[in-house]
Amino acid sequence: MTTVGMTVNGDPVSVETEDRTLLVEVLRDQLALTGTHVACDTSQCGACLVLIDGVATKSCTTLAVQADGSEIQTIEGLAKDGDLHPMQAAFNENHGLQCGFCTPGMIMAGVDMVRRLGKDLDDETIRSELEGNICRCTGYVNIVKAIKAGAARM
Amino acid sequence: MYQTRYHRPGSVAEAAELLSKAEDGRYVAGGHTLIPTMKHRLAGPSDLVDLSRLSELKGISEKGGTVTIGAATTHYEVASSDAVRKAIPALAALAGMIGDPAVRNRGTIGGSLANNDPGADYPAAVLGLGATIHTDKRKIEADDFFTGLFTTALEEGEIIVKVSFPVPKKAAYEKFHSAASRYALTGVFVASAKDGAVRVAVTGAGANGVFRAADIEKALSGKASSDAIDAVSIDPSGLLSDIHGSAEYRANLVKVMAKRAVDAIG
Repeated sequence: MTTVGMTVNGDPVSVETEDRTLLVEVLRDQLALTGTHVACDTSQCGACLVLIDGVATKSCTTLAVQADGSEIQTIEGLAKDGDLHPMQAAFNENHGLQCGFCTPGMIMAGVDMVRRLGKDLDDETIRSELEGNICRCTGYVNIVKAIKAGAARM
Repeated sequence: MYQTRYHRPGSVAEAAELLSKAEDGRYVAGGHTLIPTMKHRLAGPSDLVDLSRLSELKGISEKGGTVTIGAATTHYEVASSDAVRKAIPALAALAGMIGDPAVRNRGTIGGSLANNDPGADYPAAVLGLGATIHTDKRKIEADDFFTGLFTTALEEGEIIVKVSFPVPKKAAYEKFHSAASRYALTGVFVASAKDGAVRVAVTGAGANGVFRAADIEKALSGKASSDAIDAVSIDPSGLLSDIHGSAEYRANLVKVMAKRAVDAIG
């Protein structure tokens, strides 16, 4: 077993894990942060996106040991003092979800888009940037609306 | 996934030392090919040696008509680099077409080249631009580097340190991607060098991986116009045939993508 030290949503954590354990398994099974979802488990759907040192990363395609020493932010860490993050609020207001399973990944993808491309995102850019996030309810219209509105407010 | 031991070396030399001592070790950088492969138990390395954090392998510079990119530089960093966008816009555009944004956040140029997936994008740019691969032991010219499916001239334990690209007069990359995987079903990189030489590299189509389309190069050397490609005949016998497309379909795509690339160059 290896000791992995990370900062998760602002709190320092230390976990004992095998080197082959995925980051998403540590987050969900050891830290009970079940907002990060596993859908495809084949690096394609984006439901497992978390921010590692601020960069959106597929936590199903990252070993926990690779994240040793990093700052992790999950969907649970976005809201501050009971107030939703602007991207979360925009998903709520624009009904940017149907079943909600892909939503944590969509929101993390939206936050990462703003980091890379700024707050002023047009529909075409958002649609192209969402190629790694799959919604099986086919609810993309409101997801695009939500990301556009959330980005403008960040 | 099988058991493995993870190592995070502090230098390229230490990484090579760790791998040489491992029973069946593998380097990992972005890990976006290797970790899925390990999850499927198609790979079971005894040891993983992480190259992704080594500062010796990072960075982009442009000097004297050459763009140099560290092996652990991510696709996103290449796609968004002002230096690359200015000197070789086709290379920045190619990096921005790989996978999806989260893949581009982690995947590296060195990892892509060392893996040499037949559908990967970077091999087309490296071969099309006539780049040089610098390892911890030597320099390898692009024409000597890609030796077959998932196979390169790299020796056991050899580490790609950086890749240097001569800045062309003009270049373009056109890709017909798989809608599911974003890999190239066929991608064609066309470059016109400062001395006028034309190189055309094809990825996604070859049964032995990336290759130079000699007949298209010849056609374009007489007349740098997409019309010149019409008369070229691409032999499907050396091309991939799979559920995504037959060899004949890919042979046609090679011409169509090459014409689009030539038109994009203008």
